[in-house]
Amino acid sequence: MNQRIYVDNAATTKVNPQVLEAMLPYLGGTYGNPSSIYAEGREAKTAVETARAQVATAIGAEPNEIYFTGSGSEADNWAIRSVARSLKEKGNHIITTAVEHHAVLHTCQSLEKEGFEVTYLPVDAYGRVSAEDVKAAIKDTTVLITVMFANNEIGTLMPISQIGAVAKEAGVLFHTDAVQAIGMVPIDVKTMNIDLLSLTGHKFHGPKGSGALYVRKGVKLNSFITGGAQERGRRAGTENVPGIVGLGKAIELATADIPKKAAYLTQLRDRYISKILEQVPYAQLNGHPEERLPGNANISFSFIEGEGLLLFLDMKGISASSGSACTSGSLDPSHVLLAIGRKHEEAHGSLRCSFDMENTIEDVDAIVAAVSEIVARLRAMSPLYETFLKENK
Amino acid sequence: MYSEKVMDHFSNPRNVGEIEDANAVGEVGNPQCGDIMKIYMKINEETNIIEDVKFKTFGCGAAIATSSMATELVKGKSVDEALQMTNKAVVEALDGLPPVKLHCSVLAEEAVQSAIFNYYERKGLTPPAGLKCSGCCSSCHHHHDHEEE
Repeated sequence: MNQRIYVDNAATTKVNPQVLEAMLPYLGGTYGNPSSIYAEGREAKTAVETARAQVATAIGAEPNEIYFTGSGSEADNWAIRSVARSLKEKGNHIITTAVEHHAVLHTCQSLEKEGFEVTYLPVDAYGRVSAEDVKAAIKDTTVLITVMFANNEIGTLMPISQIGAVAKEAGVLFHTDAVQAIGMVPIDVKTMNIDLLSLTGHKFHGPKGSGALYVRKGVKLNSFITGGAQERGRRAGTENVPGIVGLGKAIELATADIPKKAAYLTQLRDRYISKILEQVPYAQLNGHPEERLPGNANISFSFIEGEGLLLFLDMKGISASSGSACTSGSLDPSHVLLAIGRKHEEAHGSLRCSFDMENTIEDVDAIVAAVSEIVARLRAMSPLYETFLKENK
Repeated sequence: MYSEKVMDHFSNPRNVGEIEDANAVGEVGNPQCGDIMKIYMKINEETNIIEDVKFKTFGCGAAIATSSMATELVKGKSVDEALQMTNKAVVEALDGLPPVKLHCSVLAEEAVQSAIFNYYERKGLTPPAGLKCSGCCSSCHHHHDHEEE
């Protein structure tokens, strides 16, 4: 029981030792500025360009289509704002979904204040938007479609290839926030017709503070930070060389054997889901049963609030997360769970476990045992459960 | 994020449960907002002393801890003394709450008031002036008119 069980890999992951090893020289002796022309600078520049090639290879892009950023959120902000502003003459309409990450949603809301019109497409009970709905929403003024690859809360995979085909046919740019999907599902920006894609290293065992934006050649990208020639003049500021090196190594490792990883994680995930649904009454799976990230399980437990569940799990050495308002610092529960039709009280009582290769079958069984015990304990003190039992005697 | 006292009252809450023959029951909060507190009291009708008190709470760790502490603070007290209990007293007894959780202490104060309001109603008496919580707090607490101290 000394060993903690970490199942919040959708929040962040542990840096892979090989990634750390690749980064260490650039935190130590190899400290040159990539913009300098002498040996130290050239060495740093080579490291950055190697990482750029690694990122490009992982998603089927060209190295000169990759721009390094400080986070996935930055990549989302940059992609959406750049397309919106540079195509303002053509139109002011953006299509997205109700279940995007806040980095996309809040950026779209901010553009609405600048006069853009945004369509937030609804999703089905599994959290999926349909390519037909995307197609039907396209207008003459539409300049961008932005739909996440996989949902960060409920793990549902969006029909990215179909949406890419719709976007291509209509001649509208297509951005996807692939932060959760990299290394979990195969991604090829060319065959999937993706014009812009956001990713971040810390979700796949790279360092925090490392992100990247893919922009298809020919798509205009505005400067995000001015003041230097870095990232081909689009993002000034001396490169985060160790972070970039770590991102490159991490994405190479994460995409090396996706089928094997997916098979293992799917096994853990499905064992957890089926055991919970079997052992805990009044529990519902959030998201699609199959079309979901291999490591993601999100379950709502009626009559209880998620924070208490997380605190008790923490005491038992288990780290997971919840869509409850109490964990977000606001009073509203997850917008994703509300969008798939969960009632407020069901959304408050959700638990997300995101598994990783270090987790085992034994971990899954320990989590199931802990969750069933804690849910029963919290229900015993819940007035909602008391009322429910009295009404259903 | 939580003090040791909060964690103690959350993980070993005092006075959880129902009182079958309660003569005062108050419920405040709303499932939409993620907090509901229900307080049961057994009040001695001769002396007006709260002889027993139990609670059930749907809510976060702070909601459970404030319910537990509030029941501890009013147990054995007279109705009048219990009405003097402020949310601030609950917060102090718990060695503080994070600012975003202060509303839980307000809810605990309201739950106690709501139960006592119910006691007066059941007895057919007029509740003391200023006692306004009759389970009125069914709107989300961020719209609530009570002051968070």
